[in-house]
Amino acid sequence: MSTTFRRPHSVLPGFNLALGYTLFYLGLIVLIPLSAAFIKTFSLTWESFWATVTAPRVLASYWLTFRTSLLAAAINAVFGLLTAWVLVRYKFPGKRFIDAIVDLPFALPTAVAGIALTAVYAGNGWLGKPLAEMGIKVAFTPLGILVALTFIGLPFVVRTVQPVLEDLEKELEEAAKSLGASSWQTFSRVIFPTVLPAVITGFTLAFARALGEYGSVIFIAGNMPMVSEITPLIIITKLEQYDYSGATAVAVVMLVASFVLLFAINTLQWWARKRRNEEKV
Amino acid sequence: MAAIYPPSPLTAIAKPRTARRPFPWIPVLLIGTALAYLALFLFVPLAAVFFEAFKKGAGFYWDAIREPDAWSAIRLTLIAAAIAVPLNLVFGIAAAWAIAKFDFRFKSLLITLIDLPFSVSPVISGLIYVLIFGLQGWVGPWLSEHDIKIIFAVPGIVLATIFVTFPFVARELIPLMQAQGREEEEAAAVLGASGWQTLWYVTLPNVKWGLLYGVILCNARAMGEFGAVSVVSGHIRGATNTLPLHVEILYNEYAFAAAFACASLLAFLALITLAIKSVVESRQLKEHRK
Repeated sequence: MSTTFRRPHSVLPGFNLALGYTLFYLGLIVLIPLSAAFIKTFSLTWESFWATVTAPRVLASYWLTFRTSLLAAAINAVFGLLTAWVLVRYKFPGKRFIDAIVDLPFALPTAVAGIALTAVYAGNGWLGKPLAEMGIKVAFTPLGILVALTFIGLPFVVRTVQPVLEDLEKELEEAAKSLGASSWQTFSRVIFPTVLPAVITGFTLAFARALGEYGSVIFIAGNMPMVSEITPLIIITKLEQYDYSGATAVAVVMLVASFVLLFAINTLQWWARKRRNEEKV
Repeated sequence: MAAIYPPSPLTAIAKPRTARRPFPWIPVLLIGTALAYLALFLFVPLAAVFFEAFKKGAGFYWDAIREPDAWSAIRLTLIAAAIAVPLNLVFGIAAAWAIAKFDFRFKSLLITLIDLPFSVSPVISGLIYVLIFGLQGWVGPWLSEHDIKIIFAVPGIVLATIFVTFPFVARELIPLMQAQGREEEEAAAVLGASGWQTLWYVTLPNVKWGLLYGVILCNARAMGEFGAVSVVSGHIRGATNTLPLHVEILYNEYAFAAAFACASLLAFLALITLAIKSVVESRQLKEHRK
């Protein structure tokens, strides 16, 4: 009987049941198990927690995970914007198929993506062989991790930018053109500022997804400590050695990072919505 | 050239066009670059799955799929999805009903919390259940006294699957039901319909496409989850292996053709999911335009 969830005035029934069940299920499946990770770290002293999460091998994994995720998200921001533009503005054969297949990374199991990318980008693979002849080794190097993370983050920017481009008022561009702006000026001064919040949101979503990714990466990474070992793999390795406290300590660092990102994403989306609404007024 | 964004009367005035239009370099270049990007990361890997699966012939493919361990993995994958999807469906409807049809404080906090499993690494999603139900976990000792196995057994796999697919239906339904407002439900209630009747005859038919959309995405993820399930499974062949884990084991044993044969089943499932998704989206768009 708290004032927070007091029954609101409504002719509709079922508020208590629906909200009660929602909170019960949310607590049971998500909140209690997640809090277990935080509570478990209290069994460690601060010194041993700090020693675990700043061990050289763990630090190397943060840096690797961070820089490959950031670069993959940046690649997806540039080419995702381009793909969204092409899908919204041009007509070409097979467009509907391509529009649908953009979501493949959401639907394809990560393990399947992992072995497929490894087969393609390995030294004897379809794309790996010509690249190897040029002296570029992709699979079993950090470059392979970048390929896997680009794959799993591919739909985010396309899907956040697409609706904004569709809504974009053509009058604005026409006004710019009639005032003598070149195509490039119209793009950089009129279109780009409008879609920028959506690009940043998509970029952040792709980045957040890449930080935690495991399945598609471990096959192609090579998983060499200090070189190509991502942070989620550190957690797995510690679990396999029955080092539950160590695994949890690293997991808590990752959880805090993803919660900060989640907060950033929510703020960005709020900002993007506000900007879109302001422009419509 | 249909490929070009239709010029407006204004541009036509600003730049009088000559009789023969030049080759549309910019659109062709942009489309080409976008297709190259998609080919490198999507089409080529997808084609590779099916190519590698059939490399040793259809007979080998068939045997790899019908092998007992593969069958038991397929069965477990179906069981996990058959439990996780309906549970998250019921939750999604309840959450959307409460959030979309009523006003209360901390609503946006609740929506953020529902989305939480999406921002947690799959590995951590498995780990948290090990911390609770594992031998060293909170209830682990009690469970082992009573001979109940959750971790390294089927219940753990189901729990991890529920966690990673938790938000799918809810996050589809909440914005949709919010956009549809409350008038129709209020009219039904005023006319004497019970809550369940209102839900069944008014609300659900209105959101059926969104519901289907959420369910198929939820199902695809449930059947394909790897990281979280890998942590709680223990990889016991024929007992706690789901199809994605079976793919991993075969691959690590260098049984590549068999691994890709099983992977092709999952890739096929993904393509069906995308096809249904595409149809549902165009239906939704049509109804929206009406």
